[in-house]
Amino acid sequence: MGGHSNWPEWIYVAVVIALMTWVGAEAWEAERLVEHVPEDAEVIKVTGQQWFWTFEHEDGTKEIGELHVEVGKAYKFEVMSKDVNHSFNIHDYVVLMDAIPGRVNTVWFAPDAPGVHDIQCREYCGLIHYNMRGTLYVEDHS
Amino acid sequence: MVLELQKPRPIWQIMFSTHHTDVGLLYLITSLAFLFLGGTLALAIRAELFLPGSQIIADSMTFNRIFTVHGTTLIFLFIIPFASAVGNYYVPIMVRYKDMAYPKLNAIAFWMIPPAGALIWLGFADFTWYATPPYSIISAPGPAADMWIFGLKILGISSVLGAINFIVTILKCKHPDMSIGQVPLLAWSFLSSSLIIIVAIPTFAAALLMLLTDRLGVSGFFNPAMGGDPIAYAHLFWFTFHPEVYVLVIPAIGMMYEIIPRFSRKPIFSYNSGVFAFVLLSIVGFSSWAHHMYATGMSFTEKTVFMVGTLAAVPASAMHVFNFIATMWNGRIKFLTPMMWSVGGIALFFSAGAGGVVNSAMPLDFTTHDTYWVVGHFHLFVMGTIAFGSIGYLYYMFPYVTGRMYNETMGKIHFILSFIGTVLVFFTQHVLGLYGMPRRIFDYPPIPEWIAMNQIASVGAMIIGVSMAIFLANMIHSSGKGKLADIHDPFGLGGKYYYPFEAKNPSH
Ligand code: HEM
Ligand SMILES: [Cu+2]
Ligand SMILES: [Cu+2]
Repeated sequence: MGGHSNWPEWIYVAVVIALMTWVGAEAWEAERLVEHVPEDAEVIKVTGQQWFWTFEHEDGTKEIGELHVEVGKAYKFEVMSKDVNHSFNIHDYVVLMDAIPGRVNTVWFAPDAPGVHDIQCREYCGLIHYNMRGTLYVEDHS
Repeated sequence: MVLELQKPRPIWQIMFSTHHTDVGLLYLITSLAFLFLGGTLALAIRAELFLPGSQIIADSMTFNRIFTVHGTTLIFLFIIPFASAVGNYYVPIMVRYKDMAYPKLNAIAFWMIPPAGALIWLGFADFTWYATPPYSIISAPGPAADMWIFGLKILGISSVLGAINFIVTILKCKHPDMSIGQVPLLAWSFLSSSLIIIVAIPTFAAALLMLLTDRLGVSGFFNPAMGGDPIAYAHLFWFTFHPEVYVLVIPAIGMMYEIIPRFSRKPIFSYNSGVFAFVLLSIVGFSSWAHHMYATGMSFTEKTVFMVGTLAAVPASAMHVFNFIATMWNGRIKFLTPMMWSVGGIALFFSAGAGGVVNSAMPLDFTTHDTYWVVGHFHLFVMGTIAFGSIGYLYYMFPYVTGRMYNETMGKIHFILSFIGTVLVFFTQHVLGLYGMPRRIFDYPPIPEWIAMNQIASVGAMIIGVSMAIFLANMIHSSGKGKLADIHDPFGLGGKYYYPFEAKNPSH
């Protein structure tokens, strides 16, 4: 108001809009690539329940609290829950997907180096939420 | 309103009053009481997390109850009632009307808060501030959970009644000589946030009832075992509470609009852009709620829509930052306590917003979601921006309410310690989130980086705790023994003030 010129504000707003457009476009492109599940990905069924994780491989073998996978392969997790909401998380590989009763959510990853990583629950699920942890073993069989 | 302590009245005269300044005082005292109660719980949380293992809290159930009541208290029983206190004092004066439009309704809206607070504190629920089903239906222990639901229900009604009152007071009761384009920005902030409340709250009010009947076992809206869907609750909840974050922040920005031009001894750079940004934010704020739900298994297109909706609201917030800086530019700034809190608040507002953009970019959110990053993010808003704006405004109001000055040195020490503490706690928590520490955990594995960062955060919290003790001492001491304020220009700035003591309180 009061007669001063307002062009610095217009430029500023334009810069903010441009920045947000750039962030949005980059995010869109990255997410599109990340969500494309490879055809040959092996399916692992992940079940969360108070307060542990169960994994079932395609060949029917089951693991509790531990997950063994092979380096260089792609895996598709089908995440579900038996009771309340949980969130399946391998932080080192940016794997995060909520486990929600009544739904099957999918997320995939392809470990690129042998190693041991933490698995944890990232959605509040009650008493032992803090210790709903597991371990991922990426192994080299070649 | 003013000079409560110089012209003492029996307490019941204030309690049964419907005059806006008395109701404002009741809101003020209640909100500050809950600030200290909720803050104490925060210190307990930080003390517990100082090291892995159990420190001062015996078990995880107690810990879960503490962070649930901490969050619920500071959002609903401190931030919102504090804004109502300021609105009650100032909005009628700013629109030149004798009181709020509906004084009795105003008093009723206030008196719903103490029983709601009692329900929340006596229950001490454990299901986090968003009470997510099916945990909240099948797993959360009663009667705490039910008491929380009733408490929130009452607070929701109180908010809606208060919002109706502000809207009518501003739009219908403003002085006929005053156009809407002359209403001060603080009053505009209450108009905008009240409109958001009216649109946003009913959705959560419905969800709470559905949650209650689900808990009673007579319905299964959100219970998969009975054919319901927990995701439906998440949508209803966030449809209310994403816009609600703007309900929290907008009045605090409005308070800064009172302080910054005055202490810069310059008019606001652009009144119009302030109004525009408030109104824009209250509309666009409704298009982003599901950015809280990227990891619930939404489709790529859904996520994209809500990301765009979120990013679209950023320019509106950024305009305020520009407006403040442009107002201070070349001003004759007087860095008294209220100004320091406002300027510190803007710096933290900017940092918090930058972190918010990271959350909004969907692939990045899978790193930050439900880690300490998010805790750091929203605390930079609720503590760094909203509490800072509010506390600064409290110092500003102090001479009007008590007729005395607070101690300036103590006020500055309070600010400096709080600012350092806030940076230590919440910037560190952002990094801790990047290292993968989930939020809402009672204990954590002894990962060296996690321990170090938790300790920094806990030390920061203790610094804030000390600063708040100084604050309390200053308020109590100065309201009785502070030096008398020059009521017509308590900060020696010259210029135009809103003199709240001109409000004609019939009991005075
Ligand atoms: C204006 C004041 C703001 C307040 C009070 C606020 C508050 C919050 C709160 C309370 C949460 C966490 C909810 C929870 O999970 O318990 C949150 C998360 C989030 N905020 Fe903000 N926020 C604000 C501004 C912003 C801005 C400007 C952006 C984006 C530019 C933003 C983006 C996000 C996103 C994307 C999340 C979800 C993060 C996640 O859970 O992964 N927020 N915010
Ligand atoms: Cu959990
Ligand atoms: Cu949000």
